[in-house]
Amino acid sequence: MFHLILFLFFGAICVAGAINLLVQSHPINSALSLIAVMASLAAEFLLLGAEFVAAVQVIVYAGAVMVLFVITIMLLNAGSEERTKGSRIAILIGVPGVTIGGVLVAWTLLNRPNAQTVPIGALKGDPGDIARLLFHQFLLPFEVTSVLILIAIMGAVVLASRPEAVARGPRKDAE
Amino acid sequence: MSITTFIIISIIKSLAVVGVLLTAVAYSVWLERKVSAHIQNRWGPTRVGPFGLLQPLADGVKFIFKEDLTQPHVYKPLYIAAPIIALVFAITSISVIPFGNWVNIGPFYGVGPWGTLLQITDMNIGLLIVLGITSMGVYGVALAGWSSNNKYSLLGGLRASAQMISYEVSLGLSLVGVVIMAGSLSLRDIVDAQGGVFWHFIPRWNIFHGQTIAFFIYLISAYAETNRTPFDLPEAESELVAGYHTEYSAMKFAMFFMAEYANMVTVACLATLLFLGGWHGPIYGPLILRDIEPVLWFCLKVFFFMFLYVWVRWTLPRFRYDQLMAFGWKVLLPLAVANIVYTALVVAWRA
Repeated sequence: MFHLILFLFFGAICVAGAINLLVQSHPINSALSLIAVMASLAAEFLLLGAEFVAAVQVIVYAGAVMVLFVITIMLLNAGSEERTKGSRIAILIGVPGVTIGGVLVAWTLLNRPNAQTVPIGALKGDPGDIARLLFHQFLLPFEVTSVLILIAIMGAVVLASRPEAVARGPRKDAE
Repeated sequence: MSITTFIIISIIKSLAVVGVLLTAVAYSVWLERKVSAHIQNRWGPTRVGPFGLLQPLADGVKFIFKEDLTQPHVYKPLYIAAPIIALVFAITSISVIPFGNWVNIGPFYGVGPWGTLLQITDMNIGLLIVLGITSMGVYGVALAGWSSNNKYSLLGGLRASAQMISYEVSLGLSLVGVVIMAGSLSLRDIVDAQGGVFWHFIPRWNIFHGQTIAFFIYLISAYAETNRTPFDLPEAESELVAGYHTEYSAMKFAMFFMAEYANMVTVACLATLLFLGGWHGPIYGPLILRDIEPVLWFCLKVFFFMFLYVWVRWTLPRFRYDQLMAFGWKVLLPLAVANIVYTALVVAWRA
């Protein structure tokens, strides 16, 4: 009972944060709402019993990825977002679309009471299980993904460096 | 255990631990002032109480009564939220740190005895929880720097977040060796794995037992994580005024200050648990002392780390920023990875 109340509470925070992310006009407020969404998602995982997933969610997404987002916003000193005609059209189409999608998902779930759902506190997710899945059953996809990420990092480094600086060697700005 | 008892016990334990932590924070400030004074051939605080022992109290009163300035050009919601974020995450991270074994209290007047773990909550991934919470602490510093709307603050905040992210990587990787040795992410299991001695006199602590390099990587990264000298570039006063907390005064500044020292205590606790065998140590005497001695050993080791923090701060000069980044990424990170590979190979070979 207590767990259910907490679960609903964090679910509400999650949805409220996601809506706030869209409503806020300043990028840093949106980024902070996204952090709130991720933190409450981690709390949901914790309540379901997948402690490891919760910890990874906080460390990787809330603690590392979002810090980079915030740094970028700080560095660019991004101002408030402008409301254009395009964004108004997006609201006109997007809000009904999301409503229909949500209703569809809820309707499907409610009509299938025997669907595979996990009771609170019973989701399998301890480090040993996940490690066995990652390093035995799905070893090849796991390694291929890491190579893919490495390629992406190298691509980012190449794109970010100035081509003439790479070709000429040290910069001569001081002259 | 019913949910009511659980909540009551948790509240009592949380209050006790937070009380001890905040007292420890106050007295680490006193320790810092006293030790730094003696290093520089001065006396330090002497006026308030014997040996200046009541100085933290006087400082606290001063912080409360100072004028709380809010500059007109700051972004107010985040400016107020930033010190709260920093302090909250610094204090929360103590929640999974174990201080000792199971203890029994009572019976008093025929009721009891009650027993409890010396830890607020025991989780099987305690180590990851500590890392997760400390990684969230970056936001306090970063947002303080940005919301102050001041060049020095912004530079300090940027430096702090870049430095904390960079050193978090090597800090996390230096702990993997310990986790491999213990085969668990629970802080209690990691400490239990370090019991006993080898060669009849050397304790089986991880620092003597194959993880010496990891210990030094952890120590250096932890200094950088807590923004302490020689890594205190985010608040380098000679170039950035006071870095991210330039615009803060009174209690808001005190919250950053407390967060820094609370983080130091957490880091010292973690170093004790992971590398110095936690509460393991020689135990003598009657039964009542045997319950207390492990906690005493734990506190002594934590005190050693706190003293080391102060000692290092007043001995070493500050890094240059490019040196800091190069050291983190080009020296510590490869060393930490090499340590993981070496530990994994040794453990696999023995198994």
